[in-house]
Amino acid sequence: MSENSAPIKTISKPAKGEAGKTGDWRSQTPRIDHQKCSQKDSCLLCWLYCPDGVISSNFPLQIDLTYCKGCGICAEECPRKAIEMIDGR
Amino acid sequence: MGQVEIITANTAAAFAAKLCRVQVISAYPITPQTPVTEELAEMVESGALQAEYITVESEHSALASVVAASQVGARVFTATSANGLLYMHEMLHWAAGSRVPIVMACVNRGVGAPWTILNDQQDTISQRDTGWLQIYCRNSQEVLDTIIQGFRLAEQIQIPVMVCYDGFVLSHASTPVDVPSQDEVDRFLPRFLDRSGINGGTPMNVNPLILSDPRLGPDDKLMPGYMEFRFMLQRDILNSLQIIESVDREFSDVFGRSWGGSLWKYKMEDADHAIVSMGSLASECTIAADMLRDRGVKVGVVGVRVYRPFPASQISEYLSHLKTVTFFEKDVSYGFHGAVAMDAKAALYESASRPSVSSYVVGLGGRDVRPEQLAEATINCIGGSTGHHWLDVRN
Amino acid sequence: MATTSVRQLPKTELIMPGTRSCAGCGLMLTYRHALKALDEGKTIVAVPASCMTVLHGVYPITPVNVICINNPFAATGAAATGIVAGLKATGKTGYTVVAFAGDGGTYDIGIQALSGAFERRVNFIYVCYDNEGYMNTGTQRSSASPVGAITSTTPILAKLQQKKEMVKIVEAHNLPYIATGSPSYPLDLFDKFKFAKNVEGSRYIEVHAPCPPGWGFPNRNLIKMGKLAVESGIHVLFEIRDGKFSLTSRSLALANKGRKKTVSDYIKGQSRFRKISPEQISELQAFTDKRWNELLERHFKDSGDA
Repeated sequence: MSENSAPIKTISKPAKGEAGKTGDWRSQTPRIDHQKCSQKDSCLLCWLYCPDGVISSNFPLQIDLTYCKGCGICAEECPRKAIEMIDGR
Repeated sequence: MGQVEIITANTAAAFAAKLCRVQVISAYPITPQTPVTEELAEMVESGALQAEYITVESEHSALASVVAASQVGARVFTATSANGLLYMHEMLHWAAGSRVPIVMACVNRGVGAPWTILNDQQDTISQRDTGWLQIYCRNSQEVLDTIIQGFRLAEQIQIPVMVCYDGFVLSHASTPVDVPSQDEVDRFLPRFLDRSGINGGTPMNVNPLILSDPRLGPDDKLMPGYMEFRFMLQRDILNSLQIIESVDREFSDVFGRSWGGSLWKYKMEDADHAIVSMGSLASECTIAADMLRDRGVKVGVVGVRVYRPFPASQISEYLSHLKTVTFFEKDVSYGFHGAVAMDAKAALYESASRPSVSSYVVGLGGRDVRPEQLAEATINCIGGSTGHHWLDVRN
Repeated sequence: MATTSVRQLPKTELIMPGTRSCAGCGLMLTYRHALKALDEGKTIVAVPASCMTVLHGVYPITPVNVICINNPFAATGAAATGIVAGLKATGKTGYTVVAFAGDGGTYDIGIQALSGAFERRVNFIYVCYDNEGYMNTGTQRSSASPVGAITSTTPILAKLQQKKEMVKIVEAHNLPYIATGSPSYPLDLFDKFKFAKNVEGSRYIEVHAPCPPGWGFPNRNLIKMGKLAVESGIHVLFEIRDGKFSLTSRSLALANKGRKKTVSDYIKGQSRFRKISPEQISELQAFTDKRWNELLERHFKDSGDA
């Protein structure tokens, strides 16, 4: 088998967005109130608990809305209620 | 130089695996395969063979573990029989779909229920559609040689190979076998080429979910879908017929022995009639052919060595001009005929001329088959009998 | 208590966003932190047919930056065995081999291969992410499903039996390291994976992975549901190092001070328990209390505080 011909083994390579822009799945969108999310005593719980790892660990926190599936865990777990889920994408 | 030893086919298989420098062996005991696993275990424990030996808890795990070991770059070997092979069924498909170059010794045994430990070929024949190459041997020398050829073949085409031989008839019968030297085998079979791509932890996902249609890859290249991979497996198995012939020729150059590639012929040059069979039974058919020739009937034998891929055009070439062909086989596709007869008849369909054919299921579960019986059945076929029969069934 | 703080967790994400896992997936969060712990060096993951297969993406793309080798459902322990043997035979060193199977692939169809691998002392980590059913095929009952749970194969009567105590079966193999974890306690989970990575021999980590669609609770409640499981004693966080048992994280805190929540507190937020009978609740409470008391006793005995 030539190594240049079509692959005979099914082997995937890594890339972002394997399932597409999963942000399209959202029915609600998280919005961060950066006033409430104080950087000084910030907890990073949203970053810790985000299953998809789409919240930045740098301040001010940013959510990658291209891929955020809108589960709402960040809003639910934020001890300062600094994240709100807004209807729609 | 090699050395002639009086050994069983099981020992020949174990010797062959060792000579092929297998790196991982995994096997689960089942009669009549057990001596293969025991002898390899002893070689590994004594240090005579540098390999990992995995004592698995089932045949499913035996094949699963060698598939995985092969996927990370090792030359692997396993062996089984009968119900053990059937327990591997899922993994047989998985191995072929994974395109891993496994060689497995299959010691043919009848399948339960009810239990029999004795020989027929129902076990491997029932696994013919799993995407493996199937080679049937007629003696212990061929078993040893075919395992060595099997690795060359499997690694060239990246498709697993079953080396099938009859339980007890061959597996436990001691005969003289020319055991080649390590040096000779090394000349024929290069060190295992690690194509795993497992180096430095480069990420990859092996055998993932796949769509029916081609899909764009990360580099925007259109990659095959499920059906394309299945097509490539079929394409490469069909193309392997030529590679089987060339590997057998190259083997002959190094070892001075050839096994005929896909099919072998016995006294076919002037034959009007042929007997077709596989494995040790095919050897017995040569005795029947001689008996008939003594009676003035021009009979030859075509031995099917490679059953998958099926050497259809060669079968057609060898048989189409004959008056009659009688098939003897130790298997049946329930609800129709013996598998070899079915396939050969399909192969003959394209021919302008076709022989009269009858097919016999014989020797299931170790039922003794005598050359006289084979000769008698062949005479019946020559006399005009056609169709599907069972030999020596008393009902 | 967890030794790693949130800020000490590695920032690198080994899973790239845009995966096929459901929103609010307990497995996804588990895997994210497990890979953070395992990252140093080279990881090969053995994955049977499961949600994990789906998470790993459709050919020819994978969102996960590890080597993943898929295997048939029943074969995980054997495939991991083969990977370990193959690496050794070919002189490839420095790899951590981790099997990642669901409860169906562990408690049910994979138990033979799992037991075989453990008995052979194969050098790998076996992770069972327990979402208490065949979630990938549509929420069928497994032997890990809890009593009283509606599943698609216990649709009317709900499951009649208590879940299998898998860790006890695993313990019978005398492994050097066994731990339980929860994605609701990611730091505890991270520590356990980190520790397990450096243990030689067969290691087992069982993670209770809440499944919003399978269990019937809102996606946003994932963390709360995992915590309720621990706080009610339905799932207990512990580790067993060379036979020495110790409660960890929230379970340890509960042991030292405070009171467990009731199983009713845990089940009320999940629609799968909508048909559970009062008798079954009592049964589940009794089962949970008995197990909790056993583990408490063991913890204090092994920590010398009894």
